[in-house]
Amino acid sequence: MDTEVPNMVTAVLADYRGFDTMFETVVVFIAGLALLAILKSSSSSKRIKREHEVEAEPDLIVTNTVRLIVPVIQIFAFYVLAHGHVSPGGGFQGGVLMGASFILVALSWDLDEALARFSLNRCMTVAALGIFIYAGIGLLSMALGGEFLDYAELHKILPVSPEMARYHAMLGVEIGVGFTVAAIMFALYANLSSGGRLRDGL
Amino acid sequence: MGLELFNTFILLLLVASALLALRVKDLITASVVFGVYSFLMCLLWAEMGAVDVAFTEATVGAGISTVIMVATIFNLKRKSSD
Repeated sequence: MDTEVPNMVTAVLADYRGFDTMFETVVVFIAGLALLAILKSSSSSKRIKREHEVEAEPDLIVTNTVRLIVPVIQIFAFYVLAHGHVSPGGGFQGGVLMGASFILVALSWDLDEALARFSLNRCMTVAALGIFIYAGIGLLSMALGGEFLDYAELHKILPVSPEMARYHAMLGVEIGVGFTVAAIMFALYANLSSGGRLRDGL
Repeated sequence: MGLELFNTFILLLLVASALLALRVKDLITASVVFGVYSFLMCLLWAEMGAVDVAFTEATVGAGISTVIMVATIFNLKRKSSD
């Protein structure tokens, strides 16, 4: 075996086909950027009143349930992300779960409440940081004498065997994928639900 | 035998929900039925042993994409013929 990762799906996705997965993450990032650019230029700042709208406070039962359930979703997201090379899961699924927890906040209060916790600027910074982590690990293994994304070279700076170095590097790139996916999923929802105005939401 | 029966049942429901998603007029209904389709697909994949794919389908297909489609449809001006 080249790697100590028990979950073969993750080993193929993040290691053998690491180049493919990296640019999949870039595709997600570009999709988010494109949506931002399109809706920013086409959105009018004036608010259109929609037919289904009513003036109401956020529902007490809904908000209190969400208050209880969001921390559980986020801890589960971290578990899926960190345990992705042992059991099913990984960066993509963990990131989507993390993004979904912020979408849940936006659905049960309103968009402003969710954007106060995870603003759009921070979203795009985190998304870019995710790709930076992924490419950084690839470039680091290049700088150590291997090829791009050849994680085994990392055993020169980590106190582990080459197989375990691939194991840890896979966790690293999964974290990068998770960052990008979580931020972009929330940015997509925030822009689409408000038509690019980033106010009021649904 | 039991598993084959289960597979056949899920497959029939899958085809039914796919046809329903195409036939319904209302866009919100169609996107919710599409979420049901994703979830049945997820059940089939989990049963066939592709748990990673099933997990992705459950989170992305049945979860996020339904929410994003509904969010987009709310921002459209809907005019139905009926």
